[in-house]
Amino acid sequence: MTASVLARPRAAATAPARKPRRRLKPGRPIPFGAALGPFLLLAVWAVGSAAGWLDSRTLSAPWTVVTTASDLVADGRLQDNLAISAQRAGLGLAIGTVIGTVLALIAGLSRWGEAILDGPIQIKRAIPALALVPLLILWLGIGEQMKVTTITLGVLVPVYIHTHNGLRSIDSRYVELGESLRLRRAVFLRRIVLPGALPGFLLGMRFAVVGAWLALVVVEQINSTSGIGYMMELARQYGQTDVIIVGLVLYGLLGLLSDGAVRLAQRRALSWRRTLAD
Amino acid sequence: MATHAGGLTATRPVRVQGLVRGFGERTVLDGLDLEVGAGEFVALLGRSGSGKSTLLRALAGLDGDVTGSGLVDVPENSSVVFQDARLLPWQRVLDNVVLGLRGSAAPERGRAALAEVGLAGRERAWPSELSGGEQQRVALARALVSEPELLLADEPFGALDALTRLRMHDLLRELCARHRPAVLLVTHDVDEAVTLADRVLLLDAGRVAVDLAIDLPAPRSHRQPQFLAYRESLLRALGVDQTEG
Repeated sequence: MTASVLARPRAAATAPARKPRRRLKPGRPIPFGAALGPFLLLAVWAVGSAAGWLDSRTLSAPWTVVTTASDLVADGRLQDNLAISAQRAGLGLAIGTVIGTVLALIAGLSRWGEAILDGPIQIKRAIPALALVPLLILWLGIGEQMKVTTITLGVLVPVYIHTHNGLRSIDSRYVELGESLRLRRAVFLRRIVLPGALPGFLLGMRFAVVGAWLALVVVEQINSTSGIGYMMELARQYGQTDVIIVGLVLYGLLGLLSDGAVRLAQRRALSWRRTLAD
Repeated sequence: MATHAGGLTATRPVRVQGLVRGFGERTVLDGLDLEVGAGEFVALLGRSGSGKSTLLRALAGLDGDVTGSGLVDVPENSSVVFQDARLLPWQRVLDNVVLGLRGSAAPERGRAALAEVGLAGRERAWPSELSGGEQQRVALARALVSEPELLLADEPFGALDALTRLRMHDLLRELCARHRPAVLLVTHDVDEAVTLADRVLLLDAGRVAVDLAIDLPAPRSHRQPQFLAYRESLLRALGVDQTEG
């Protein structure tokens, strides 16, 4: 749709007498525009550090952060902590996604399921996952179980909400089509329900991956002995801002990467959609 | 409760007796009787709100939530073509065609059905890449690939432009000649009914008001005098006065 609008020859530009029509759109995208803001920020940081405006105890210089990062990689601390963190986040994400999807399917496909499940999950949604941490510590201790459970709870809710919403918004005409073709329940699920709910599910996943890292930060800064959060917490006790910033950059990169991965999956899986964004 | 008696009568695939359907207080079908023979093409005309679609949905068994009574005897193997093509946007064209099929021969049969509607080579296309007419042809292929004894069509060409509609008429006639399903075509277009059908029914006040056998040699055309006579009598029965125009 958009393509045809853009491809239309510009009659106004070729007609000599007519004044060109005022363009109301913001204009052409700037190349690498998305990188411009972060780059400026980095430049201010570097100049500030070099000129001595920024105390290294408040904020270490960018180059200090880079050398610290390579030191941490050299002695293996960064990889070890990253591996532990990634394992926690991945495990919580996987379990939360499965539970959230299954619950959404049950609630979406049966009135009883919806009546029983939807209320509690909406209540859970109103309680921040992190507010449950004290209770979870009492129940599960401070080990891996508590950490993974907290992440799972944070992931489950967005996956459920968006998948359920996706299921509910499947056009009833397609359900009628399935009835008219006398589809078996399994075929109906595979061909109509699951692909119909996929856009919702993937949107839920984008919130879920961010939620997983978020929950990870919190659980790793309480009573932890490993992970990026622990590394940062330890650095706080010793006043090592450089290590803290390495951790922050790492969290940011992980969040960006995982969001990008879901977006890529989204583009692949939803290639049948023709939207304005294409 | 709506009753649907499954069953098969070799000579008369469709048998409807005393069909009553209503929405709330309003009765739409009021003791309707209808029979359609094997391979017979029946067009169903009627003013809007006369219950054409209600009857079709009753035959298709898609009206589980309405109140009503009566006997509906239709073949187990019947297909529906809706006014919108109703293709699943997330399935490629071939997968849409074989949606209701089982067995390993399904893709082969689907390809053959697509070739029959003139869309060979478009198996891997997404529905959104097709024009409205092409989408409706895919819907026809999907309806006929299961070799139905009864084809139910609810204004299938209503959303198409005039030229495409004429092409679709030819296609539908060809396909019906080859597959010989009984057809019930709901339409509001008198010309379409007279062009395609063996018999035209006119629905009024919840019953069949006119039952007109169309006895015209093929190819039918607007220039045949009998065509115009059929057309005029149907228009008059619909309450349209031709002399004014």
